[in-house]
Amino acid sequence: MRHVIPVLVVVAALLTVWYAGAVWMNSAWTLDQAAREGRELTVIDIVNDTMMQERPKLPAPHQVGTELWKTVVGTRVSSKRSLVWHGWITLSATAVGFAIGTGAGMALAAGIVHSRAMDLSVMPWAVASQTIPILAIAPMVIVVLASVGVTGLLPKAVIAGWLSFFPVVVGMVKGLRAPDPIQMDQMKTWNASRAQVFWKLRLPASMPYLFASLKVSVAAALVGTIVGELPAGATSGLGARLLSGSYYGQTVQIWAALFAAAILAAALVAIVALIERIVLGRMGMAR
Amino acid sequence: MSAVIEAKRLGLTFHTADGPVHALKDVDLTIERGEFVSFIGPSGCGKTTFLRCVAALEHPTEGTLSVNGLSADEARRARSYGYVFQAAGLYPWRTIAGNVRLPLEIMGFPKAERAERVRKVLELVELSGFGGKFPWQLSGGMQQRASIARALAFDADILLMDEPFGALDEIVRDRLNEELLKLWARTGKTIGFVTHSIPEAVYLSTKIVVMSPRPGRITDVIESTLPRERPLEIRDSPEFIAIAHRVREGLRAGHGDAV
Repeated sequence: MRHVIPVLVVVAALLTVWYAGAVWMNSAWTLDQAAREGRELTVIDIVNDTMMQERPKLPAPHQVGTELWKTVVGTRVSSKRSLVWHGWITLSATAVGFAIGTGAGMALAAGIVHSRAMDLSVMPWAVASQTIPILAIAPMVIVVLASVGVTGLLPKAVIAGWLSFFPVVVGMVKGLRAPDPIQMDQMKTWNASRAQVFWKLRLPASMPYLFASLKVSVAAALVGTIVGELPAGATSGLGARLLSGSYYGQTVQIWAALFAAAILAAALVAIVALIERIVLGRMGMAR
Repeated sequence: MSAVIEAKRLGLTFHTADGPVHALKDVDLTIERGEFVSFIGPSGCGKTTFLRCVAALEHPTEGTLSVNGLSADEARRARSYGYVFQAAGLYPWRTIAGNVRLPLEIMGFPKAERAERVRKVLELVELSGFGGKFPWQLSGGMQQRASIARALAFDADILLMDEPFGALDEIVRDRLNEELLKLWARTGKTIGFVTHSIPEAVYLSTKIVVMSPRPGRITDVIESTLPRERPLEIRDSPEFIAIAHRVREGLRAGHGDAV
């Protein structure tokens, strides 16, 4: 309970700044319209108008809230106007991409730890892959895959995987190298094979590192999917909502989609955190 | 009696950026079956390095070394020794029993035998009833006892211990020393024991190897005249004090001509 008040204070402060910003940014249009029609406006009129424009520069919080409510709760899930439907499209590609990224990341990390050649040859490419702006790569992936007949979920998942494998590689390499020299020497005194060292020591020791990475990588997978939905004029998914919103100047729709994406990301990270707690708890490593 | 560990003119030189470091030089030593041999000396004298050579964790650059009649590496692959490190190094995700079982799993012991051996060695180090606990639930002394149990689990006849009690307070250390002697008497193992502590070395050993640094070498080998049955009070006997004195003299001499 002690934490409720500080949290509320921060939320209230953010809302205040947001409302103030809405008044400040939207008032220009209000004054413009009034001047054109030769009307005089009081301050209260101006503030009122900035709260309810159809295409505000910055939608007020309650406008975004209303739009979210309308498109999440007030619309049939199967409708193309439903954010739940769009969210599901994005989520399913995110999940597949996250699985691809995690699988690839763990496999690469295992290779890097066991092979000096891979350590030297793979890591620079992994780093390079992340320095290329995803916005530049995404359309190419979509186009190349479409030319071989792969469309729909998979190209988006590939882009999601592209962004999400990197944190897993970095965290997992660190984790697989976490056992201290004594533990490695111990294994040697028992004449353990490399496979035994991996399964019995390196892999369990890497779990805390893996989960820290997974939290970053699941959020990155969502970003990757949304970016993958932007080009090629996708018609479904949160990215498509963002894109069509910006085509038609529907700022309220854009903000609602942004919030839906943020909520989705928070939920995904929370799910990974929950799994982390259960797994590390069972392993006796949660303290 | 037969030689279990035999080193002849053993040397190990590390090549570093600042030139060669002679970690060991001309080490001649024979350890017989069932002996308790302590290695004592200041840091850098090569006592741990020697133990690691026996365990084939380091590889000598000169001389010969045989363990159980095999080369050190063959002996390692034949799992001829249990090694207790300075830190317990227990896996936090395994229970105490799970940790002790680990080498047995790696060596492919059948399941039923594993359980039986874990039970037996935990009893041997007086940790029966703690098998289900996780390492962090145990004190440092108990953790180190668990790591000794782990080294004993597969019943190698050689036990190598590298300052196993170095990080523990003196009261716990005394108790563990007493228990270690009992364990040694019961199992008849050959023990190599590295320590910083003169009383510990004298109390435990049948043979004390005094070493000195730069280059790491043996300066004195003292055969203990103490009986095998040793209550803690023996440390106040004139005999004990005489041996401790000789160890101290050996350490001082080694230090003197190095400076």
